[in-house]
Amino acid sequence: MKYWTILKIAVRALNRNKLRSSLTLLGIVIGVGAVIAMVSLGQGAQRLVEEQIQSVGTNVLFVTPGSRNIGGAQMGAGAAGTLSDQDIEAIIRECPAVVAATPMVNSRGQMIFGDQNWAPQIIGTNELAPVVRDWKVAEGEFFTDADVRAAARVIVLGKTVADNLLQGVDPVGQMVRVRNLPFRVVGVLTPKGQSMMGQDQDDIAVVPYTTVQKKMRAQATASIDNAMVSTASPADSRLAQDQIAQLLRQRHNLREGEADDFQVRNLSDVAAAAEQITTLLTIFLGSIAAISLLVGGIGIMNIMLVSVTERTREIGIRMAVGARSGQIRMQFLTESVSLSLIGGLIGVLLGSGGAFAISRILGWPTFVSPLAVSVSFAFSAAVGIFFGYYPAHRAASLDPIEALRYE
Amino acid sequence: MADTVQQAMVALEGAPAAAGDGGVLRLEGVHRIYRTGEVEVHALRGVSLSIARGEFVAIMGPSGSGKSTLMNILGCLDRPTRGRYWMEGTDVSTLSRDELADIRNRRIGFVFQSLNLVPRTSALENVELPMVYAGVPVPEQIERARAALASVGLTGKERSLPSQLSGGQQQRVAIARALVNRPTMIIADEPTGNLDTHSSEEVMEILQRLNQDSKLTILIVTHEPDIAHHAQRLIEIRDGRVRQDARIQDPRQAADILASLPEEEEAIGEVLDHSEDRGSRAESQ
Repeated sequence: MKYWTILKIAVRALNRNKLRSSLTLLGIVIGVGAVIAMVSLGQGAQRLVEEQIQSVGTNVLFVTPGSRNIGGAQMGAGAAGTLSDQDIEAIIRECPAVVAATPMVNSRGQMIFGDQNWAPQIIGTNELAPVVRDWKVAEGEFFTDADVRAAARVIVLGKTVADNLLQGVDPVGQMVRVRNLPFRVVGVLTPKGQSMMGQDQDDIAVVPYTTVQKKMRAQATASIDNAMVSTASPADSRLAQDQIAQLLRQRHNLREGEADDFQVRNLSDVAAAAEQITTLLTIFLGSIAAISLLVGGIGIMNIMLVSVTERTREIGIRMAVGARSGQIRMQFLTESVSLSLIGGLIGVLLGSGGAFAISRILGWPTFVSPLAVSVSFAFSAAVGIFFGYYPAHRAASLDPIEALRYE
Repeated sequence: MADTVQQAMVALEGAPAAAGDGGVLRLEGVHRIYRTGEVEVHALRGVSLSIARGEFVAIMGPSGSGKSTLMNILGCLDRPTRGRYWMEGTDVSTLSRDELADIRNRRIGFVFQSLNLVPRTSALENVELPMVYAGVPVPEQIERARAALASVGLTGKERSLPSQLSGGQQQRVAIARALVNRPTMIIADEPTGNLDTHSSEEVMEILQRLNQDSKLTILIVTHEPDIAHHAQRLIEIRDGRVRQDARIQDPRQAADILASLPEEEEAIGEVLDHSEDRGSRAESQ
């Protein structure tokens, strides 16, 4: 007997009881749909985190000052002011694995242009920042090392700042006031959008760090808040981390056994941790959904058992006219697998559609991975076989005489 | 007389299977014992008989006599607990379930008392059923099923569902299904059990015609003497043994009886068919 014939018989049998078949189907549809929607959400979150980390670059290291111990009281990280711009220059000079390094000196302050004012995050950095932070200049240009050395009053604006403060005026060449100091706008950055924390990455104004140190602080200091270092490739970051640590210990005159007064953090560690969390999230969501698929499978088994009992006489007739046990088993198994596969197919469509709808309505990114689709589809087939086997076996092992006598 | 035959058969036991003695079916000392828990039911107690190709045999007996068990064994639905059963030279008593299924499929056609057909499935598809399991190509299945339905006078009813057919028509679909795989014999278990006289005679007419024209061996199990006397030979079973095995001198001819039935009664018969059909369906639900 050909598979095609078996399939035809199975579909006819399912058609004879449409309402029952479709309700059974629904169990699988919901199960598969839920698995796909949940895994898509989880994977969407994973993708998002990966993208965000990629946008900073996994070849980037963060160097921050350590904590300071004052009379036994441990201060918070970064409180020490142990990192200076000379340290950064030394890193660029002496660490072979480092491609570029840029100090960060942060500030906030009101900016004024004409009758408009705006309070962006003000970042003091050097001319290498576009390389390290992957900034691109849309208009004008970034400031130069000469500007940094001279602590010049030049400023590069983020798109949000340019739009809100200058409102249509071509920003390049305009004079803006920051905390009452006049700055000349030399460039505008290409927008980067929101960060994964929902922060506007374009609400910034970038100035030479020397300008912040010398002209925008109550006391002129040489310390910096932190630094970002980039390496040629993510593979080099481990090496660069060691080289920087060694160099800084030497420069800060730390003895053997003394704790570091700085931290060098590797972004790929952060990425790995984030990925672990999102993977866990995906597994968690997926396994909850898988339970509903399991319940759907039990529904199939229930219905198939009822169906076998109800059709005992039919089975007897089929056996009398020459159906082998194997053919009867195959017929019932095909019925349950057809149910679960059709349910799986509809579930894949609904689940993907649901994931798409969620991403549209809630703005939560989703990613319908071919893996999730094929795994849950295969799983639904497996459910059909697993939960269909016992009823099919029961049908096949019926005694033809008993079955014919059943009414 | 039955006893001497039986003894002769017992003497044959253990002898090599002798084929080609003209018997399509040969039972030798067949016992069938059912065990349900502690209770043993001895349904057949040493039945020996031989049926030749082309015979029309009726098996009669009261309920509990073992006639259904005998029919199940002759129809390869069941195997003897003891004894031998040769069918066309093959010792069927030793075959596996699947081998028995193949024999039923290719050599035997079944007609049962009622609820013969797969419900909610058209007459044509019901008739196709044995060919599905025989692996006949689909176009040939349809062609042969149509021809079989035509031979029992049901042209135009191919798409009808069992619930749309009268009891007599349902039995005729069952006969069409029984003969569609070109078997060598047809086994009918109370084929007229739920039918009125007219429909019963129609069914018997078809069976007699198949026996005469196509030389099919036909076995019917019945408790109605009128029906049994359509056969050429009558085997009576009682208490699991053959009580009597005799030739019927002048079998009833269903075609003649049908011709003698008045015209209007035929119309009434049809109406009765429907009401009875409805009644039996209500019972089965």
